[in-house]
Amino acid sequence: MADATAPYRIKGATGDWEVVVGLEVHAQVVSNAKLFSGAATAFGAEPNTQVSLVDAAMPGMLPVPNRECIRQAVRTGMALDAVINRWSRFDRKNYFYADLPQGYQISQLYHPLVGPGEVEILLDEKDENSVKQIGIERIHVEQDAGKLMHDQHPTMSYVDLNRSGVALMEIVSRPDMSSPAEAGAYLRKLRAILRYVGSCDGNMEEGSMRADVNVSVRKVGGELGTRTETKNVNSVRFVMAVIEHEARRQVEVLEEGGQIVQETRLYDPDKNVTRTLRSKEDAHDYRYFPDPDLLPLELDEAFLEECRSSLPELPDAKRKRFEGLGISAYNASVLTAEVEIARWFDGLLDAGAEPKQASNWTVAELFGALNRTGKSIDECPISPEEAAELLKLVADGTISGTIAKQVFEIMLETGDAPSKIVEDRGLKQTSDTGAIDAEIDKILAANADKVAEYKSGKQQLFGFFVGQTMKAMAGKANPGVVNERLRAKLGG
Amino acid sequence: MSVNAEQVRHVARLARLALGDDEIDRMVPELNNILGWVEQLGEVDTDGVEPLTAVIENHLRLRDDVVDDGNVRDDILKNAPDAQHGFFAVPKVIE
Amino acid sequence: MSELTLKTITELREGFRSGDFSAREIAEAFNAAVAAARPLNAFTVETPELALEAADAADTARTAGDLKPLSGIPLGIKDLFATEGVDSTSGSNILKHFKPTYESTVSGNLKAAGSGMLGKLNMDEFAMGSSNETSAYGPVISPWKRNDGGNAPLTPGGSSGGSAAAVAAGLAPGVTGTDTGGSIRQPAAFTGISGIKPTYGRCSRWGIVAFASSLDQAGPMARTVRDCAIMLEAMAGFDPKDATSLNLPVPQWEAGLSGDLRGKKVGIPKEYRIDGVPAEINAIWDQGIEWLKDAGAEVVQISLPHTRYALPTYYIIAPAEASSNLARYDGVRYGLREMGVKSLDDMYAATRAAGFGAEVKRRIMIGTYVLSAGFYDAYFTKAQKVRTLIKRDFAEAFKQCDLILTPTAPSAAFGLQEKMSDPLAMYLNDVFAVPASLAGLPAMSVPGGLDSQGLPLGLHLIGRELDEQGVLNAGLAIEERAGFNHRPKRWW
Repeated sequence: MADATAPYRIKGATGDWEVVVGLEVHAQVVSNAKLFSGAATAFGAEPNTQVSLVDAAMPGMLPVPNRECIRQAVRTGMALDAVINRWSRFDRKNYFYADLPQGYQISQLYHPLVGPGEVEILLDEKDENSVKQIGIERIHVEQDAGKLMHDQHPTMSYVDLNRSGVALMEIVSRPDMSSPAEAGAYLRKLRAILRYVGSCDGNMEEGSMRADVNVSVRKVGGELGTRTETKNVNSVRFVMAVIEHEARRQVEVLEEGGQIVQETRLYDPDKNVTRTLRSKEDAHDYRYFPDPDLLPLELDEAFLEECRSSLPELPDAKRKRFEGLGISAYNASVLTAEVEIARWFDGLLDAGAEPKQASNWTVAELFGALNRTGKSIDECPISPEEAAELLKLVADGTISGTIAKQVFEIMLETGDAPSKIVEDRGLKQTSDTGAIDAEIDKILAANADKVAEYKSGKQQLFGFFVGQTMKAMAGKANPGVVNERLRAKLGG
Repeated sequence: MSVNAEQVRHVARLARLALGDDEIDRMVPELNNILGWVEQLGEVDTDGVEPLTAVIENHLRLRDDVVDDGNVRDDILKNAPDAQHGFFAVPKVIE
Repeated sequence: MSELTLKTITELREGFRSGDFSAREIAEAFNAAVAAARPLNAFTVETPELALEAADAADTARTAGDLKPLSGIPLGIKDLFATEGVDSTSGSNILKHFKPTYESTVSGNLKAAGSGMLGKLNMDEFAMGSSNETSAYGPVISPWKRNDGGNAPLTPGGSSGGSAAAVAAGLAPGVTGTDTGGSIRQPAAFTGISGIKPTYGRCSRWGIVAFASSLDQAGPMARTVRDCAIMLEAMAGFDPKDATSLNLPVPQWEAGLSGDLRGKKVGIPKEYRIDGVPAEINAIWDQGIEWLKDAGAEVVQISLPHTRYALPTYYIIAPAEASSNLARYDGVRYGLREMGVKSLDDMYAATRAAGFGAEVKRRIMIGTYVLSAGFYDAYFTKAQKVRTLIKRDFAEAFKQCDLILTPTAPSAAFGLQEKMSDPLAMYLNDVFAVPASLAGLPAMSVPGGLDSQGLPLGLHLIGRELDEQGVLNAGLAIEERAGFNHRPKRWW
């Protein structure tokens, strides 16, 4: 694999170009009701059934903000180490579109709820030094728009306002990313943090998290170029593809002596191209002004304190804690990437498992099994307590590592507890030197030629003897004892 | 600051108002009259003065996160010029 | 004309409660008056059955001893209020035949207080106007005529022109109006009745079609100050569905009425003496000063230095907010839709062009312009700063006085079409009323007398925030001394 930390460059005819990327992520807030109305936010309802008069912008309707949506945005800001603005304000962003019933979106331009913060990304999970800080410019809350469907009727588009008014957090990064890989790492980390905090489910396919991708190119060390914005990209993979495609397109244009037009584009995943978005062309003049139906938002210390104390241990802190327990950097990274996995693993630690052993086993064995059976950690048939039990049986010598693998398979199949399985099937490993000696003697006798070879210098044959002994004892011999006895008998 | 027909057309476009040439021509002096009149605010010394954010001293009340609305599709669609299969139908938008 | 239609709300309530007449008789009398007054064009919709329904309920309630504050009283409701199942047009074509599935909080409060609805009252389109000539349903013709023998149709003022005409002509004992820049007070003055705009936030705006959100306020219009107090008590109150609603108990304004102004100081602002205003206006003002002195008040000269900038400030802020509030009228979800257009944008533009009248279009254009890129700071932000100064002027003035007295309007009612050619001339109608709107202060108009042409002139009282009582009391003091019991001679 190419060095993930080598600078990303696009080679043009006139030289090397570097890429400047900023991401604006729209994350749907986890809440029961919408930002300014009491209608439900759940995904997948029948069209226009989760729409109140306010959401439909009927004459005379007024917005009233939902405390939980504000709370989630503040908690998110805190998790991103960002400044929380105790005073902020809602502004109207005015434009016309069929998915925007009010003819304006209530957003926050001039005074957002959250100010600057940052996210730490790891470009290469195996390389501690591939750390980079990506700056967060700001976060604000705003209304989501409804949905337009164009394929239900030959001449009409259909409008469903269920999503209209759902709370969004717009998380604006600084233009600190310089490659598709960095953008991918940022998005993945951001999504993990949002899911840890519980403020957004990060489900990009369902649209609860989308990214607007700002890309510009410049000669290495040169001045910032004009950027384009590609809207509503709904997967990490597509975001990376957009950056690559758009950067190359811009380099081509510039190499040919053309200019980059500052414009909004759309990504077509089927053709893997971005193209100019025509219909919002005129919408550049949004005529933002403070929403006169809403007073400024003021947060008191008690509110902020509650938000702070409600935060769970976040990915970076958890990763550092795991490393402190002796878990490898790579394992710690893998185990904290997703909140559900982290929770499961925390359960394993809480049940008394030894951290290093537990992490190795989880990453290798448990994840292997889950991948094989196509299950997510939430569908894991084994509880952390049962896993802890299994690991303890190995740690205290009751069973060998080899047998443990078998027991694990049986646990997956039957759902039985490990100690029961060991008991029922007599899988305890033996440390009985008498029995082991007896087997070793048989093996050595049956392989006299190899014994001779070993004694004359072929040290690597030791493993052969170990393997044969273990096989003869159906894996139930304590490997440590086998090793010890073999050495004694081979006199080496 | 005065406006010309081109600018008036642009504002009409922003406001989604289809104005005929006659109307545009009529509006130019009308709007200039009004704009010229409101421009006298430029005389007022507003250094250090904050724009008014709240008319009467009040605090923004926040709602509890409870679903207590919606599920009124019939009401929502009742006055629709064109409702089909539970949706609002509009002339097709090309994106 | 039945004698019942000559009675005030106070008199009707008393007579009904003591059994002198039934609620049904009251409703029938006013229904007949409404039906006979179509030449005035005061009503856009008549709802005689609803008035009878409420009357019957009141009669039943009376027998059961279960009376509510406005049981037996039929009222007219300005067409800007959403009334469930009844056309609510806002005087516009774009909402022709729009029947809301919901009731505005204020009209709902009046219903809950036991009143009945005679019908919806004609008004300037979207409350934009001072003469009720911008209505898509034809102008309202004032019941008043000049005493010059000519028959020139006069305006009742606006935007609550239908409301004012109805009370003046004895078609309703009380009505609701709304006041954004004088739209209750100026028509009250033109038609010789009383009307009050309470402190901003006293009455809920939920269900009232929004014109300028930071200025709109509902208020009562009736023959007497006491009637206004009775109605306002029923209309006002905290509404959780309106974020700008004041969370304060409704004072018992009726019980607190007193025309004794001893210990009160009344301020006379020098900036309200304007060149070019007819001498009779200043004369009635002087008369008002004497009356208040007679009531025990001390009169002081005050200054409101930024008065002359109030109208231009208003005509930046109000159109700006309106341009955004009216964006929802786009033909998608309700109201007029122009058919036979190919694209969504064409539909918007054609619908709004066909649905809005000239004045509304003008204000949308002004509003869009002053919010647009490059002009926002110079116009909108500037106007909001001047608004702060205007509010400060009042705060300073109220350190020296408790109430302010001015004329309500710079002229008596004028003829239809007289001011339609020059929008600015029309805007100047509200020169005395607008400052109190910008500052959110309670203000009322009470009739002072007739001018030499036999037309009513009004006196205008402005009070501190939340001091509706002070304003009503001063109004009562004037009412007691003015002895204004003129009625227009019936010509319809």
